[in-house]
Amino acid sequence: MKPRHKKLVMIASGVTALGVAAILVLNAFQSNLVFFFSPSQVIANEAPIGKSFRIGGLVAEGSVKRDDGSTTVHFAVTDTAETIPVVYTGILPDLFREGKGVVAQGKISDAGIFLADEVLAKHDENYMPPEAAEALERAAKAQRASLAQ
Amino acid sequence: MIPEIGNFSLILALLLATLQGTLPIIGAARGIPSWIALAKPVVQGQFVFVLIAFFCLAYSFISSDFSVLNVANNSNTELPFHFRLAATWGSHEGSLLLWVLMLASWSVAVSVFSKQLPDDVVARVIGVLGLVSIGFLVFMLFTSNPFDRLLPAAAEGSDLNPLLQDFGMVVHPPMLYMGYVGFSVAFAFAIAALLSGKLDATWARWSRPWTIIAWVFLTIGIMLGSWWAYYELGWGGWWFWDPVENASFLPWLVGTALVHSLAATEKRGSFKSWTVLLAISTFALSLLGTFLVRSGVLTSVHAFATDPARGVFILAFLVIVISCALLLFAWRAPKVGLGGKFDLLSRESMLLANNILLLVAAASVLLGTLYPLIIDALGLGKLSVGPPFFEAVFVPIMTPAIFLIGIGPISRWKQMSLPALAIRLRWAFGISVVSALITPFFMGEWKPMVSFGLLLAFWIIVCAFVNVKHRLNNSGEGNLLTKLSKQSRSYYGMHCAHIGVAIFIIGVTLVNSYETEKDVRMEIGSKVTVGGYVFQFNGTSDVVGPNYKAVRGEISVLKDDQFVRNLYPEKRTYNASGMAMTEAAIDTGFFRDLYVALGEPLSNGAWVVRAYHKPFVDWIWFGCILMAMGGITSITDRRYRLKIIKKESTAARVAEPEKQAEGTPAAVASATTKVELATETTKV
Repeated sequence: MKPRHKKLVMIASGVTALGVAAILVLNAFQSNLVFFFSPSQVIANEAPIGKSFRIGGLVAEGSVKRDDGSTTVHFAVTDTAETIPVVYTGILPDLFREGKGVVAQGKISDAGIFLADEVLAKHDENYMPPEAAEALERAAKAQRASLAQ
Repeated sequence: MIPEIGNFSLILALLLATLQGTLPIIGAARGIPSWIALAKPVVQGQFVFVLIAFFCLAYSFISSDFSVLNVANNSNTELPFHFRLAATWGSHEGSLLLWVLMLASWSVAVSVFSKQLPDDVVARVIGVLGLVSIGFLVFMLFTSNPFDRLLPAAAEGSDLNPLLQDFGMVVHPPMLYMGYVGFSVAFAFAIAALLSGKLDATWARWSRPWTIIAWVFLTIGIMLGSWWAYYELGWGGWWFWDPVENASFLPWLVGTALVHSLAATEKRGSFKSWTVLLAISTFALSLLGTFLVRSGVLTSVHAFATDPARGVFILAFLVIVISCALLLFAWRAPKVGLGGKFDLLSRESMLLANNILLLVAAASVLLGTLYPLIIDALGLGKLSVGPPFFEAVFVPIMTPAIFLIGIGPISRWKQMSLPALAIRLRWAFGISVVSALITPFFMGEWKPMVSFGLLLAFWIIVCAFVNVKHRLNNSGEGNLLTKLSKQSRSYYGMHCAHIGVAIFIIGVTLVNSYETEKDVRMEIGSKVTVGGYVFQFNGTSDVVGPNYKAVRGEISVLKDDQFVRNLYPEKRTYNASGMAMTEAAIDTGFFRDLYVALGEPLSNGAWVVRAYHKPFVDWIWFGCILMAMGGITSITDRRYRLKIIKKESTAARVAEPEKQAEGTPAAVASATTKVELATETTKV
């Protein structure tokens, strides 16, 4: 094989490898991007139906209820403006508390209940997940705006 | 008083680092011997002052000096001694000090163990390390000083995060940092080569052991982190594709590519510019990892307290380091040259393919990690990229790379013939396919993905045996033992590390396919069957620890009505912070782990209990240990210990760096190692 051909083969195989990788990445990207929505956005129907997304905010005071006889938990996530009921089956993270920040991932049901398949753990009592902080901020901003009007 | 001494030592260390980062480099460029000679004493002085600062901080923690802000925020008088010591590097400020201490240690190690290197090379390497050190010392002194006072002093500290009160925490960060920082030595060698324009096989032989040690530390550090997450976080997983995990994995991937590319540079003088670029990238990714972890831009396990000013500083530092290094590379790389030529089918081309695959894998992981940050920074909304993305991308990209692990060591340098290789490996392939198809039946159920994973693992192992057998057949006379002892340690190290990859794959494949995870409600006396084991909940009792109170559950494990053992998972509440923590109980075995954790209390003494059966999970970490052992074995190889290389002969060789680029293997080797290398190339 001539050196020129050798170089061509090398470049071709390199480009093919990159191409395959790019296809893989784009393919996986489309189905695995999880967007974040605040409770107000969910109430305003901005969240996708039938697709997984994240919500964040505070766990509403007095909302946590465990089913007897199963491991299902009911609680509500609020950004102080709107509140979304959430159902989760399994063990909640250690730092899950009423009145504290929380991020949950799952889908919204037809009845408007958020079916969480993951409740994200925090690892510091005072640490607020950025998503939850943003939800509260947005709600506060909206309230200020409505007050100003 | 003690904290002031520490603070003052840090300032002195910064001044010395400034000297270290400037004079030796200028001296080496201008040929001023006295400035070159400054490198070693200055770096040793810097190390001593950083060490003093570290001891001062450790002393403040051990003596619970709550007039130091850092101590007041991260320690507590109830904390046991070893955790108070570990708290020294548990906080952001302390971990930076640890980083700088590691960097100073590596620099001193370079100054001590580089007697066979020409003085100007050592001066340049130490100078570059000094520049890196300046960056971190300035960062520490101006944005996160560990010795900041708290006046008036706090009466009691607010405690170390309970998650960090664990043996894993005591060892995981130092190991990881040793790896991160260790790559700065590889980086410094690369920059030194660019500055001098001299990059040859000798250079590769110098920088290779340093790079491998750094890689070994990083491997162990990541492994410990994964193990810690498994037993301490209470989720029972071993890898979550968490952004911070990715941040440590990225330098590992590129560092692995670097280790392999250095092999080609050392043995054949090829891939020169490429090796330099990899060394720069690996260190840049280490810095990026630090930025991601320390700036608080991530939602992650590791995102503790945050401060935007720090993030901006590290980002600026990162940009300066990367852009300077790349500019230097663009300017000087043509002088360094590309290196020896090789055929389309050769060990070089295999290594190149492996490098490209590792880099593509790293790039896709990087994309998945940074994409949410970029979108957020552009104000386009908040989103996250889940683990399925990484699995869907990473596995297919790494599969051919793993396949190449089997072929690479068998193929010849420069040129090889495909049919000959196919004939040599047909049996290996047959054996791996058959055993990969059969083995899943022993696990109880045949699954295609299991066979596929096992095929890759078996392929690596069988090919290693074929390789060793072939090599022994060509090792001349003597019985098996003398033949075995004739092989170089780096040869064994390579196979050890590769078999480690195989063991790791076996672990991952089997645990992913056959694990059972059950979160169940358990009343006192109730039973649940998980993976053939019966877990019986016997209720809970209260326990008091040194700085926590706990509820301890008792769970009896039975198999076929035979008692196996009792497990005691705990739910702790720490006194100082009031934080709750799950302490899982694990029965570790060679073929499986039994994992129990307490969830939440329900009415009538019932609990939600997590009961897992994890077959072969420990093989994952054992594989990592084998990889690290392979690295250690290979750097004890004779050729790295040879100290009799005379400086004159080194100088003579350096004077004609382009010669070995023609691809004559003998010219690559120094006079003393020529024989060894020659036998090696003929054996391969």
